[in-house]
Amino acid sequence: MTMLRQATKVGLPFMNLVRFKGLPILEQLHLEEKLLRTSSDNWCIVNDGTNAPAIVMGISGKPSELIEIGPVLRDHVPVIKRFSGGGTVIVDSGTIFVTLICNKDVVPGVQPYPRSIMSWSGLLYSEVFQGIDGFQLRENDYVFGDHKFGGNAQSIIKSRWIHHTSFLWDYDSRNMAYLKLPARAPKYRSARNHAEFVCRMKEYMPRSIFIERTMKALESHFSVKPVNLDAVVGSHSSGYVHSTRLLSKHELKDAVTTLLESRALSG
Amino acid sequence: MALRMWASSTANALRISVASKARLSPYSFSRCFSAVIDGLKYATSHEWVKHEGSVATIGITDHAQDHLGEVVFVDLPEVGTSATQGKSFGAVESVKATSDINSPISGEIVEVNSKLSESPGAINSSPYEEGWMIKVKPSNPSELESLLGPKEYTKFCEEEDAAH
Repeated sequence: MTMLRQATKVGLPFMNLVRFKGLPILEQLHLEEKLLRTSSDNWCIVNDGTNAPAIVMGISGKPSELIEIGPVLRDHVPVIKRFSGGGTVIVDSGTIFVTLICNKDVVPGVQPYPRSIMSWSGLLYSEVFQGIDGFQLRENDYVFGDHKFGGNAQSIIKSRWIHHTSFLWDYDSRNMAYLKLPARAPKYRSARNHAEFVCRMKEYMPRSIFIERTMKALESHFSVKPVNLDAVVGSHSSGYVHSTRLLSKHELKDAVTTLLESRALSG
Repeated sequence: MALRMWASSTANALRISVASKARLSPYSFSRCFSAVIDGLKYATSHEWVKHEGSVATIGITDHAQDHLGEVVFVDLPEVGTSATQGKSFGAVESVKATSDINSPISGEIVEVNSKLSESPGAINSSPYEEGWMIKVKPSNPSELESLLGPKEYTKFCEEEDAAH
């Protein structure tokens, strides 16, 4: 069996696997951005829950349009702007993160463009959720039926790309109240609020089974190699300037002021 | 085939070339034809450059905008900063992805298309005109010779899409 497994892996590209549990999401995003831009290897990063709730916006996100700034400031919820595209999520210990960083020609037939990458990732996760009714990639979200349980985003550079996903294995409904209904939303959302739009993956699959099945699906495309965490952090730690950052309270307060001023002018 | 012949004769009349796809992979979503303009130079990372006198205008090609999808946000540099051939000078966001834009030539950035902050979709609707991104004062005009001409770029696009 071992020899057969080795033989079937011949010819598959290597992918380094790094697993965390409870890594702060800002640290995860910093690591991802650094590996995307400074490494030439393929990587899979799995973070089984982050240590504390945080709001994470995409590169073009405007706080005044996407989050309820008053309650966020009152409750000291960190707000992060990440380097990739896509929308706004609130993540916590119930969120499972899976990130894939690939060289552009590593997956046959996949071009370094958003829809091509996402089409392939949709097929990958179809293997993970095989047998579960209703799973699909729907208007760029991972859903069961018409309920979203996984949000993803990407960043594409000259010869590499990253596809990262936050899976809602579980979530605190009260946290969804920090998020506004976004102006740019998929059609299938049909103006539903967060509680009616999202669902919990734990109602469909145990946490450990999801991670195990994701690893198995990856192994049909890559020769996956667990990597020492200290080696990853150490070798990619110096000199890199991230664009992913924590927004300051001052920036959030300014966003509120600007919004109120523009309403006063138009009102 | 008839559509391809019509497109080709129309393109000849308009002095543009078209790149056509040999076949589509399961992960390819582009329409069959992308416009390639005569008189411009092209990078293999799908940016174009128009050199006029002491200034070169840069944007992304019709092939690129078609593959990227609807552009919803553009991140451009400040005037006065420098661009380096082959390196990123900014990014666009489309379909939940940021995509780096790489400069075909090196030089000082002397103008930035500020209209794109309000109208990023101009990159899709008019990639060679309203969708221009930066203007550069070339520091090494010989870099233009390393870029592709329209016919070479058309062939490059066809081969790239056929390989996927």
